[in-house]
Amino acid sequence: MSIDKETARKVAKLARIKVEEDALDALAGEFNAILGFVEQLNEVDVGGVEPMTSVTPMRLKRREDVVTDGDQQDKVLSNAPDAREGFFAVPKVVE
Amino acid sequence: MSDLNTLTIAEARDKLRAGEITSVELTEACLAATEAASTLNAVVHHTPDLAREQAKAADARIAAGDAPAMCGIPLGIKDLFCTKGVASQAASAILNGFKPEYESTVTSQLFDAGAVMIGKLNMDEFAMGSSNETSTYGNVINPWRRGNDATDLTPGGSSGGSASAVAADLCLAATGTDTGGSIRQPAAFVGITGLKPTYGRCSRWGIVAFASSLDQAGPMTKSVRDAAIMLQAMAGHDPKDSTSAEFPLPDFEAAITGDIRGKTIGIPKEYRMDGMPDEIEALWAQGREMLADAGAKLVDISLPHTKYALPAYYVIAPAEASSNLARYDGVRYGHRAKLSQGDGITAMYEKTRAEGFGDEVKRRVMIGTYVLSAGFYDAYYNRARRVRALIKKDFEDVFEQGVDAILTPATPSAAFPLGQEFDDPVQMYLNDVFTVTVNLAGLPGIAVPTGVDGQGLPLGLQLIGKPWEEGDLLNIAHSLEDRAGFVAKPPKWW
Repeated sequence: MSIDKETARKVAKLARIKVEEDALDALAGEFNAILGFVEQLNEVDVGGVEPMTSVTPMRLKRREDVVTDGDQQDKVLSNAPDAREGFFAVPKVVE
Repeated sequence: MSDLNTLTIAEARDKLRAGEITSVELTEACLAATEAASTLNAVVHHTPDLAREQAKAADARIAAGDAPAMCGIPLGIKDLFCTKGVASQAASAILNGFKPEYESTVTSQLFDAGAVMIGKLNMDEFAMGSSNETSTYGNVINPWRRGNDATDLTPGGSSGGSASAVAADLCLAATGTDTGGSIRQPAAFVGITGLKPTYGRCSRWGIVAFASSLDQAGPMTKSVRDAAIMLQAMAGHDPKDSTSAEFPLPDFEAAITGDIRGKTIGIPKEYRMDGMPDEIEALWAQGREMLADAGAKLVDISLPHTKYALPAYYVIAPAEASSNLARYDGVRYGHRAKLSQGDGITAMYEKTRAEGFGDEVKRRVMIGTYVLSAGFYDAYYNRARRVRALIKKDFEDVFEQGVDAILTPATPSAAFPLGQEFDDPVQMYLNDVFTVTVNLAGLPGIAVPTGVDGQGLPLGLQLIGKPWEEGDLLNIAHSLEDRAGFVAKPPKWW
């Protein structure tokens, strides 16, 4: 399966990474090299094998649905590039 | 006393307890060594004030007779660990300026045990790399050179700063993390011991996530005994990591008895790769002889799906990374791109991530996005997870046949020059060919320095253990270390 420039553009968009138009061909080439390498997986007979979720057979633990933490607004916002009036600030989302 | 920074943890612990040295003296020796080693670029955020404060507190605890084994021991901490109030960037520009308000569980346990932090250590960006060339802080340089040849060599990666710092005696030991070989490969490249514990042995809470089903923290140390001592302080159940195991911790150091008579060591035929250098082949043969000499029984085994481990890894790890790294959006922490008039939130995400991530990280995030996208999920991601199940079963089958541990080379070569493999991602990925199976199967693995190549560079062997049997694994590794008698140190040129 070969990735063309259009697919590379689509993947970059899905990943929310801006890629300049003139870099898309090279990117598609890199994807093809890596995906070519993983093509070997098609040689393996995986019939009847379940996809592994966790290396240790386990059920995820549950806890009581109660508040365990909180009241740390200043700490939560302390690393934000733009925080105002106790909120994360972002560009306009709704037109 | 001079050269305190060259001590092992075990030696320093005994001298501290005997009152022969203080943690303040030990810490000053490491800080001085670190100051003088800026060329190596191993330490990227220096914390001398914190270190001196922790050392004083450790000395007070030791004087009061309350001294756990790690008390007063100066460590380097990989930049992947969140450390409260100290820059923690995973070597990425996208986390520029990030100072966590919390402490990772592993570093918190180490500090509770009295350990001292001299600084944060360089690494590949988000732990993605095998040569420490993808860091926003620049390359780390291996303290080892090829004889008189001054070519800069890679310390390996992703824990390259940890490897370089420990090999150059900037600290007594360091934390590392290992997703596909990131503790064991760099340890082998610089002639130190690196242990990746069983998945779930150490809490992942507060460690910047790369591939959550594979990531595991572990110690990088100057000896096998030190790895046991340090693992003891790092490991244990943590309610904040739902995958951390609730098993009680054995005494890892006590497991090192020096007696491995009757142990069965498997030699997997699939690890004999085409084009493997003769020196690696010879080293592996010597390792077999050493373990046989110690009384172990060697058996040939087969792990038939070995060949498919790297391709499976390069689907699963990027898939998990694309999901984990979605959080870097310029909203809550780190870098946000300067926006143009009219840019909306999507433009903010796209510009921020384009500026903040390096090329290898972008490549893996996008590959991960692709293999998880509609129409390809089954063909790539689910197939890789099925192959992963088969790889794990290979190991279960040989352990069921009575194998206690498996001996393999740690790396396909000695340390190589910086820049040599950087332009070919797939060639770079092959560095992890012997280590990546262990992450896919969740097993403990340890790299032990066992020899040098023709140019005087260190080479290591890997031992792979049964799940939760780090004690047994450390004991076998200790026998290998003991017989290999590796004592070489890089001549100081930096």
